[in-house]
Amino acid sequence: MSRQRLVIIGNGMAPGRMLEHLFEASDQFDVTIFNAESRVNYDRIMLSPVLSGEKSFDDIVIHDDAWYASHGITLHRGQKVVSIDRDAQTVTSEGGITAAYDKLVIATGSNPFIIPVPGHKLSGVVAYRDLDDVQAMKRAAALGGRAVVIGGGLLGLEAAAGLKAQGMEVTVLHLMPTLMERQLDPAAGYLLQKELEGRGIEVRCGANTKQILGDTQVEGVELEDGTVIEASLVVMAVGIRPNVQLAQEAGLDVGRGIVTGTDMKTSDANIYSVGECAEVDGRVYGLVAPLYTMAKVAAAHLAGATDAAFAHAETPTKLKVTGVNLYSVGEFGDGPELEDVVLRDAKRGTYKRVILKDNKVVGAVLYGDVADGMWYNELLKSADCVEAMRETLIFGQAHQGGGAAADPLAAISNLSDDAEICGCNGICKGQIVNAIKDKGLTSLAEVRAHTKASASCGTCTGLVEGVMALTLGDTFAKKAEGMCGCTDLGHGDVRRLIVAKGLKSIPAVMQELEWKSSGGCAKCRPALNYYLLSDWPGEYVDDQQSRFINERVHANIQKDGTYSVVPRMWGGMTTSDELRAIADVVDKFNIPDVKVTGGQRIDLLGVKKEDLPAVWKDLNDAGMISGHAYSKGLRTVKTCVGSTWCRFGTQDSTGLGIKLEKFMWGSWTPAKVKLAVTGCPRNCAEATCKDIGVICVDSGYQIVYGGAAGLHIQGTTELGTVKTEDEVIEIAGAMTQMYREQGFYLERIYKWADRVGYDTVKSVIFDDLESRRAYYERFVYSQQFAQVDPWSERVSGVDKHEFNPMAVFGLPNDTTVQEPAE
Amino acid sequence: MNASVQNTDLDWRLIGTIDDIPAQGARCVKNGETTIAVFRTADDRIFALEDKCPHRNGPLSQGIVHDGCVTCPLHNWVISLETGTAQGADEGRTASFPVRLSGRDIYLNLKPGA
Ligand code: SRM
Ligand SMILES: Cc1cc2nc3c(=O)[nH]c(=O)nc-3n(C[C@H](O)[C@H](O)[C@H](O)COP(=O)(O)OP(=O)(O)OC[C@H]3O[C@@H](n4cnc5c(N)ncnc54)[C@H](O)[C@@H]3O)c2cc1C
Ligand code: SF4
Ligand code: FES
Repeated sequence: MSRQRLVIIGNGMAPGRMLEHLFEASDQFDVTIFNAESRVNYDRIMLSPVLSGEKSFDDIVIHDDAWYASHGITLHRGQKVVSIDRDAQTVTSEGGITAAYDKLVIATGSNPFIIPVPGHKLSGVVAYRDLDDVQAMKRAAALGGRAVVIGGGLLGLEAAAGLKAQGMEVTVLHLMPTLMERQLDPAAGYLLQKELEGRGIEVRCGANTKQILGDTQVEGVELEDGTVIEASLVVMAVGIRPNVQLAQEAGLDVGRGIVTGTDMKTSDANIYSVGECAEVDGRVYGLVAPLYTMAKVAAAHLAGATDAAFAHAETPTKLKVTGVNLYSVGEFGDGPELEDVVLRDAKRGTYKRVILKDNKVVGAVLYGDVADGMWYNELLKSADCVEAMRETLIFGQAHQGGGAAADPLAAISNLSDDAEICGCNGICKGQIVNAIKDKGLTSLAEVRAHTKASASCGTCTGLVEGVMALTLGDTFAKKAEGMCGCTDLGHGDVRRLIVAKGLKSIPAVMQELEWKSSGGCAKCRPALNYYLLSDWPGEYVDDQQSRFINERVHANIQKDGTYSVVPRMWGGMTTSDELRAIADVVDKFNIPDVKVTGGQRIDLLGVKKEDLPAVWKDLNDAGMISGHAYSKGLRTVKTCVGSTWCRFGTQDSTGLGIKLEKFMWGSWTPAKVKLAVTGCPRNCAEATCKDIGVICVDSGYQIVYGGAAGLHIQGTTELGTVKTEDEVIEIAGAMTQMYREQGFYLERIYKWADRVGYDTVKSVIFDDLESRRAYYERFVYSQQFAQVDPWSERVSGVDKHEFNPMAVFGLPNDTTVQEPAE
Repeated sequence: MNASVQNTDLDWRLIGTIDDIPAQGARCVKNGETTIAVFRTADDRIFALEDKCPHRNGPLSQGIVHDGCVTCPLHNWVISLETGTAQGADEGRTASFPVRLSGRDIYLNLKPGA
């Protein structure tokens, strides 16, 4: 075959995959791509993690600049094609670039559908389709306020969860009576709605939007029933339409999409179409799995004569919202010929429904427990008769044939070689096993690169690792994700190696552990600084430049660049002298706001950076020290009045809280630590949602831990009950030290305990008195270096450079020669 | 400010020495209403940017310096010290100022670069 000119319109996921297949088969093409978006090919599926902040754009790039260069591809970014001349075999872009083709591929994807209600053109109304939309949403989220998401389907709900994670109030409006009605039956839709509402997302079903309110900028949404919801952002996620305009104007056959045969050729034999814009056998698609099949078929035909043909297959749906598990595939309507098998477990919030027709599986809807989704999908595809296992079908694969019980590896080993593991890319178990064996793959990254399994939405990563473990046996150690782009080592490995190799400085860690960047980044440096500080107390010298500004200047930066100052108020107690000193400071430095915090103390807001040392000096003089309201360290110990005043109080909760705070302040920890001591089980100090809580009872002190009430709400787990205050203090110190030594940076106590296991923590800290004592003593040792009031240190001159400008010049046109600053 | 105006010698000011700035840190220079952040990298290169993040005016001088960039303390945008442009998917640019080293002395030009 002589060299051919291949032109592609659109640079989305479908043509990207097509090129990978094509380059494997042939090097005869000179490829030119036009893309309306001004960027390289990226994983559109992963926009939701970018929106929620779990991933960055770089993480989701599929082909980087080097890839285009190495394949000699001309990529015209930001060049929308406006016409196709089929006689001359050329295409022309908006910017006037014309390219001639021998073969043309149209891969223009879809356009999001915007409901043309009044106000739909206001600034602040966005769709959810590309990175520009995500950036617009993030910008809006940074300003706070409420977002209204119109559409309770897959995209709408992912947008809602992402915006919530970005700190907005969120309302979802959905026209139909239940969420995701095209993929879920009403029962599962209801469970999903409850879950989202539990996360603080407001859901209104049966809500019909009448108009969007505002002059130039969105101010709210009005519903048909007259309800008005205030909003600063409106996201329309109500559906997509195949983008066919260009093909239509070129006179190609167009139905719902661009009509192609099962060979992906359009009505013009030199023009192919792949992706969401293509219509095969009367169907158009909106999930990547079938698009990737199209890509494979088109590549095969471009590379030479073949009988490769596209065939329809059901694609399962999953929702990529962290912590929400749902799976649906196939049919689930009600019909006389359809039979249902249903299992509900209200306590665990699970719902399973398998739909049968003539004793064959035709659909499944799973909510909560989705482990068997793949197995049902396999039964659906194979169309095997399931009569023999009717009775146990709903309990899942583990209950067939004696039951491999709950061992996930056994379940994976039971899967047949053609069981699909990665739904996005249509990769079966056998393909992964073969690739591992033939190519000698040992890491997840390699398996992703060679097979594409788990390389798209990533929900099958656990399964792929299972297949690797089965194939490689003991040689496969599951590797944690790297800490950041600078290293492939995870936090656990780095912590272990710092101790094992005796690494005592950030440069030493970077050198010995082969950091890939020269000086680390803003993610790894603060983590390393903490690990070194915690592992080498008294030896390691804190690296100020690796600390976030708040911990560097011992105050919290505010949105306008001023700072807030929170002095300690031991156990929430204060005195008239302290209050007077605070009042004087407020007047003397013109501090704009004084607020009582949620942590039982007082916040002075809006202090100018250069005033900080002087403010601290006055507070120090009145006996107050830093409250560390900014630190990964002990924040507050909340208390209630306890037996001193309260008619129900059983012990001196205030006194014990003060003792704990005086014992633990100043220590650096992986993430912040909050304590509370409450005088009786009425729990007025909210001990049951703290990192460590103490509930006083008649017989002593009940200790609880692993609670949180921030981004995530989790009640504490009980550790045990002790008789004396001294035991409480010893246990709190010991547990904090165990957490200091094992926690990953930014991992709070509840996440650490979730990871290492509550039983482990209990046996080490509560049951084993010797190990409790050892941890306690290490904590006490490190406290002697930590309990230095950072404020008085700075008042006495430490880090003076932080607070003074280096040089000051008058007006821009003054010409006096300036002296350098001291 | 007018970028087409030629820099004259009068705009160059001695602001101090390298040792006044911690490695991987920054100090501020005030010029009337404008604050200029002067950065020092791990390998002792010096850069100057207006102390205003292109995102929402965060004080870049307060950020963490790494890899020829600074991460803004408010919402973690990463800004190139050399050009003042936002990295990765973020878009925006902050004014940069020419800096000249003579021995350990730092001279800063008070007119932004082109
Ligand atoms: C001042 C205060 C709000 C108030 O006006 O009352 C506050 C203010 C901030 N909180 Fe908070 N939180 C305050 C009590 C709380 C509480 C309530 C409590 O402690 O009883 C919680 C929920 C309990 C918990 O932590 O589980 C709380 C959960 C958070 C979270 C979510 C943490 C999480 O792990 O999910 C963050 C974000 C973070 O730390 O990454 C946060 C972060 C922040 C930051 C530091 C945001 C930032 O990075 O700038 C705010 C600093 C404002 C400032 O400059 O002072 N704040 N924050 C409260 C200070 C308490 C104190 O005296 O130290
Ligand atoms: C937020 C989100 C989450 C998703 N989650 C999932 C999921 O979990 N699972 C799943 O299977 N699918 C998911 N999808 C759907 C999936 O991303 C799409 O099906 C897939 O990306 C479509 O690929 P495509 O190549 O057909 O089109 P696209 O990726 O849309 O690419 C089309 C490209 O062509 C460009 N273009 C259009 N017209 C022109 C022109 N005239 N000239 C030049 N360029 C042009 C466009 O700018 C665009 O870049 C999700 C989609 C979104 C938006
Ligand atoms: S103080 Fe806490 S809850 Fe309030 S805006 Fe800041 S981080 Fe959010
Ligand atoms: S102001 Fe700099 S990142 Fe927001």
